[in-house]
Amino acid sequence: MNAPAPHRGGAAEARRRRRHRADRLLRLLGLGAISLALGLLGVLIATLVIGATPALTQTKLRVTFAISPELIDPADPGIGAYRLILRRGVAALLPEQPTTMAEWREIGGIVTGNTQFAIRDAVMADPSLIGRNLTLTVPVSDAYDQLGKGLTSRDTPPERRKLSDREIARFDALTARGAVSRPFNWELITRSNSRFPETAGLAGAIVGSFYMLLVCFVVSFPAGIAAAVWLEEFAPRNRLTDAVEVNINNLAAVPSIVFGLLGLSVLIGVFGLPRSTPLVGGLVLSLMTLPTIIIVTRAALRAVPRSIREAAHGVGASRHQVVLHHVLPLAMPGILTGTIIGLAHALGETAPLLLIGMNAFITDPPGGILEASTALPTQIFIWAGSAEHGFVSRTCAAILVLLGFLLAMNAVAIYLRQRLERKT
Amino acid sequence: MNQSFQTHVAPIGAAAAKISTRGVDVFYGPKQALFGVDLDIPRNQVTALIGPSGCGKSTFLRAINRMNDTIAGARVEGEILLDGENVYDPVLDVVELRARVGMVFQKPNPFPKSIFENVAYGPRIHGMARSRAELAEIVVRSLRRAGLFEEVKDRLDAPGTSLSGGQQQRLCIARAIATRPEVLLMDEPASALDPIATAVIEELIDELRANYTIVIVTHSMQQAARVSQRTAFFHLGRLIEDGPTAEIFSTPRRRQTEDYITGRSAAQRPGP
Amino acid sequence: MTGYLFLTIIAFSLAAFLTGRAAARRFAAEGRSGRPAAHSVPAYHGAFVAIWVGIPALILALLWRAAEGPVIDRLLARALPPEMTAGLSPAALDLLLTEIHHVAEGRILAPASPGVIEAAARLAAWSRIGDVAMFVVVLALMLLGAWFACARLTPRFRARTRVEGALSGLMILCSGLALATTLGIIVSLVHEAVAFFRLVPPGEFLFGLVWEPQIATRPGQIAAEGAFGAVPVFLGTLLISAIAMAFAVPVGLLSAVYLHEYASPRFRRVAKPMLEILAGVPTVVYGFFAILVVAPAIRTTGTMMGLATSPNSALAAGLVIGGMIIPFISSLADDALRAVPRDLRDGSLAMGATPAETMTRVLLPAALPGIAGGILLALSRAIGETMIVVMAAGLIATMTLNPLDSVTTVTVQIVTTLVGDTAFDNPKTLAAFALGLVLFLVTLALNTIGVAIVRRYRETYE
Repeated sequence: MNAPAPHRGGAAEARRRRRHRADRLLRLLGLGAISLALGLLGVLIATLVIGATPALTQTKLRVTFAISPELIDPADPGIGAYRLILRRGVAALLPEQPTTMAEWREIGGIVTGNTQFAIRDAVMADPSLIGRNLTLTVPVSDAYDQLGKGLTSRDTPPERRKLSDREIARFDALTARGAVSRPFNWELITRSNSRFPETAGLAGAIVGSFYMLLVCFVVSFPAGIAAAVWLEEFAPRNRLTDAVEVNINNLAAVPSIVFGLLGLSVLIGVFGLPRSTPLVGGLVLSLMTLPTIIIVTRAALRAVPRSIREAAHGVGASRHQVVLHHVLPLAMPGILTGTIIGLAHALGETAPLLLIGMNAFITDPPGGILEASTALPTQIFIWAGSAEHGFVSRTCAAILVLLGFLLAMNAVAIYLRQRLERKT
Repeated sequence: MNQSFQTHVAPIGAAAAKISTRGVDVFYGPKQALFGVDLDIPRNQVTALIGPSGCGKSTFLRAINRMNDTIAGARVEGEILLDGENVYDPVLDVVELRARVGMVFQKPNPFPKSIFENVAYGPRIHGMARSRAELAEIVVRSLRRAGLFEEVKDRLDAPGTSLSGGQQQRLCIARAIATRPEVLLMDEPASALDPIATAVIEELIDELRANYTIVIVTHSMQQAARVSQRTAFFHLGRLIEDGPTAEIFSTPRRRQTEDYITGRSAAQRPGP
Repeated sequence: MTGYLFLTIIAFSLAAFLTGRAAARRFAAEGRSGRPAAHSVPAYHGAFVAIWVGIPALILALLWRAAEGPVIDRLLARALPPEMTAGLSPAALDLLLTEIHHVAEGRILAPASPGVIEAAARLAAWSRIGDVAMFVVVLALMLLGAWFACARLTPRFRARTRVEGALSGLMILCSGLALATTLGIIVSLVHEAVAFFRLVPPGEFLFGLVWEPQIATRPGQIAAEGAFGAVPVFLGTLLISAIAMAFAVPVGLLSAVYLHEYASPRFRRVAKPMLEILAGVPTVVYGFFAILVVAPAIRTTGTMMGLATSPNSALAAGLVIGGMIIPFISSLADDALRAVPRDLRDGSLAMGATPAETMTRVLLPAALPGIAGGILLALSRAIGETMIVVMAAGLIATMTLNPLDSVTTVTVQIVTTLVGDTAFDNPKTLAAFALGLVLFLVTLALNTIGVAIVRRYRETYE
C-alpha cells in the first residue's frame, strides 16, 4: 500500500485533462476581467475623444453690420436699436429679404445671442464707427453649429429637428456665399461660461481651479510637512499621538462630500467666509489633501537612512537642525511627488465644491481668491447638466482638458520619482 | 541504455537509475547557475547533494520537478530523464510530473489550513480518494508514515501552523507522501530545526527509503553520511564527483571534494 | 487693504530678522577678541526677533478681520432707524444688511431707499475707520514686539532654543489640524443633526418609509407628515452599492488573480499603470460617462427586452460606480496576494497542483482577510461616492429593489437639498446634515474595521 500511486494511465489522465480545463477557465476569466476593466478605460477615452471632436471647431458667420446713425442715440451710444442692426446685417447676406416678424426673428437667431451686445460694445469703444460699416466674424447659434458640423441630419423629419427647412435653406445660402467658416475653437479656453454653448469657454473655470490649487498648496503643503515632521521625528509615543495617527488614516478615507458639509457649516456658516470663492474651495480641498501629504511625507522621512541623522547629531547639531538641514532636504523629492499626486486628486474633486456653491453661473474669470468662481470639475458638472446639444461636445472637451492637466501633473510626479530613484 | 553517457560516474545499473540527467545547464536570466550536470540517481536509495552555498545543488533539485519554471527568467537545457522520459519534453504534463516527484522545502511551509486539510490537499486535487473515509485513511496513513500521527491525532482540525517547527516539517513530509510519489526531493529539510527534530526527520528519511527514491540537499556532511547511500558533490555550478557515500567520504577522487569534506576552504587551496 | 497689511507684516518681520541678526553679529565679532562666543549663531537671534514681530501681529490681524464684520453689522443694525427694522425677522434683517453692503460696495442691483443709502455711507465710513485703526494697532504691536525681543539679545541669550521652541509649537499646531478637522466634522454634523432631530424625531428619520423633503415648506408641517423617513434613501444607497460591489468585486478580484498568477511581466508592466489611470479619473467624468453612454445603453437594452427601464436606473449608476472601484479592489487584492509568502505557492505547485488550484485552494484562502478588508474599504467608497449618483441616479426616494428603477442615495439627497441658497433654520437643510452624520458614521465604521483587518493580516505574514 506504500507503492507509488498510479499517477499515469487512463483515469488519472482524464482527471488531469479536466483540471487543466479548469485552469484554463480561470485564466480566461481573469483575462476577461482585466480586459473588461481596461476596455472600460478604452471606451471612456474613445467616447470622450470622439465626443469632443466637434468642440474643436466653431461655425462662424462673417457679417458686415451697417451702423446707421439714425438707429443710435447720439448722446449715449450704449442705447440703440442694435438688434435691428444685427438682423439687417444678417439679412443683407440672404437672397430673400424677410417679410414677417417671425422671419426677422429667425434671421436674428442665426448668430449667437450675444452678438447685439458685441456690436454695442464695439460701437461704445469706438463711436467713430457710427455711420460706417462694422465687419465681425461671430459664432452661429448652437442649432446652426450642429448643422454646419453635419451633426444634425437633414433627413430627420422636420418636426423632430430644431431647424425648419426654411432655416436650413437660409444657412445653405449663407454657406454658398462663403460667409460661413469653421476655425479652430480657441474660445473654448479663452472665454468663460455662457448660457449659449457656442460662446461658452473654460477660462473662468481654469483660473478658478488654479486659485483653488494655489490656496490648497499654500495651506496643506507647509502644514502637512510640519505635522509629519512632528509626528515622525519629535512626537513621543503615547495615546494622544496614536490617536492623531489613527485619525489621519481615517480622515483620508472620509467621503469627500462630508468635507463639503464641513466647509458649508464651519467655513461659510461660522467663519463667514464668502461662498463660491476659490478661498473656501481651496481650504476645503486642503483639509482633504492634508492627510495624504502627511502620510507621504512620513513615508519619505522614514526612507532617509538613520546614518545621516546620526552623522549630523555627531557633529553637534540640534534635533531641529538635523531635521531642517539634513533629513528634510533628502526627503523633499518624495514629499513633492506625493504632494503633486495629492493636488492632482484635489483638482478632480467635485462633490464638496457643489456644497460650497462653486457651481454658480459665472461669466468672468475670478480676479482673486475672494471672487466667486467655478472650477474645472464643477464646470464639467454644469455643462453635463445643460440641455443644449452643443454642451455635450464641450463637456467632453472640458473633460479632456481636465484629464490633460491631471496627466501632466502625474507625469511631473513620475519624473520627480524617477530622478529620486536614480540618485539613491 | 544510458550507460554510454556515463563518464566519471561510478556505474550503477541502468535499470536501477530512477533519474538520469545529461548535460543539464540552468540559467537565471543571463547568469548560468549549473554547467552540464550528468548524474544518475538510483532507485530506492537516498542520494545526498552536498557542496558550499550557491554551488547549484538546490537549483539542480528544483530542475528535477521543474520548480525552476516558477521563477521568471529561469531556463533549463539538457535532459533530465525520469524512468527514461525527459521531464522537459513539451508534451509532458508538469502537473503529472510533480505528482510523481514530491518535494519538501527548506523552511516548513504548511498551508494555512487544518492539519487534516494540509495532508488531504494532494489526494484531493489528484482525485485519489473516492470517499471521505478513504481520504481520512490516506491522511492517517501518511501522518503515521511521517511519524506525526500520535502527536496530532487529537487535533487534526488545528491549523498546521500551530505545530512546532519539527512537527511542521514532518507535516510537510506527510503532505508530500500522501500523493504517493515515486521520488521525494528534499531541500535541506532539517536546516531550520533543532537537533532532536533533525534526528526524527533523519530516521524518517531512512524508513521512507524502502518505497521512495529520495534526493536530499544538505549542508551538513554528517547528515549526508548518516542518511544517504550515495553522495554527489557540487561546486560552483558543476558536479565535481559522485559515488557511494562511504567512498566519497573516505577516499574522494577529487581535490575539491577532499578540501570541502575535510573543512579546508577554497582560498587556502593551492592553485590547480 | 488686508493684503497691504499682510505685506507690511511680512516686510516688518524681515526687517526684524535683519536687525536681530546684525545685533548678534556685533557680539559674535566681539567674541572673537577674547570674550565668550554667543550661544547661538546670529541667524537665530534674527529669527527670534522676527517671530516676536510677526506672529503676534498676524494673530491680531486675523482676529480683527474675523471680528470686525459682525461687530460693524451689529452696530449698523442698531443705528438703523426703528421704522426700518420694525417687525423684521432675523433673516429679513440679514437681507437688509446684505443690501446695505452691496450698496456700500457700489453694486446696485435695484434702486435703494434713502435709509439704505444713508446706512451704506455709515458702513463705508466705519469700515474705513476700522481699517485704519487695525493698521495702527498692528503697527504698534509690531514695534512693541521688536522692542521686547531686541532688549533680550545678549551673547548668552539662548536664541536657538527659543526659536526651536516656537517651531515645535507650530508643528504641534499643524499636527492638531487633522484632529481639529475630524472634530470639526463631528461637531458640525452633530450640531445640525441635533437641531434636525428637534424638528423630526430620530425614530421617524431612521425608520420612516417616506422621504419627501421638498414638500416641507413650514416647520409645522413636517413632523406630522413624516416626510423625513430616510429608509428609502438608505435602501437606494444599499441597492446601488450592492450593484457596484456585485460588478466590481468579481472583476477586480479576477483581474488581480490574472495579474498575479498568469500575466507575463510585460503585460503587468502595461496593465498596472493603466489601472492606475482608471483609478485616477475624477468621478465627475464617470458621472458624465454614465449619463452619456451607460444609462442610455441600459435603457435601450431594457426596452428591447420589454422591461420598464428608468432613464436613470440604479443599474447604470451602480455599474459605473463598480467600474470606478475595480482598480481599487484589484490593487488591494494584488497587495493581499503578494503578502502571501512564496513558500506556500511553491509548496502547492510542487504537489502537482495547477495554478488555478494553487490560487483557489491556497493563495486566495490565505489572502482572504486582506481581501475582505479591502472589500470593506471599497464598499465605503461606493457608499460615499457622490458625483456619479448625483448625475446618474434619481432624485425621488422610492422603496424598491428593482435595479431598473430609479432610486436615490444619501449623497444625492445631501447635494440636492444643499445646492443653492441654504438657510440653517430649515429642516430640509438640516436633514442633509443628519444624512451626512449617518454617512460619516457608516463609512468611518467600515474604514476602521477594514483598516484593522488589513493591518492584522499584514502582520501575520511579516
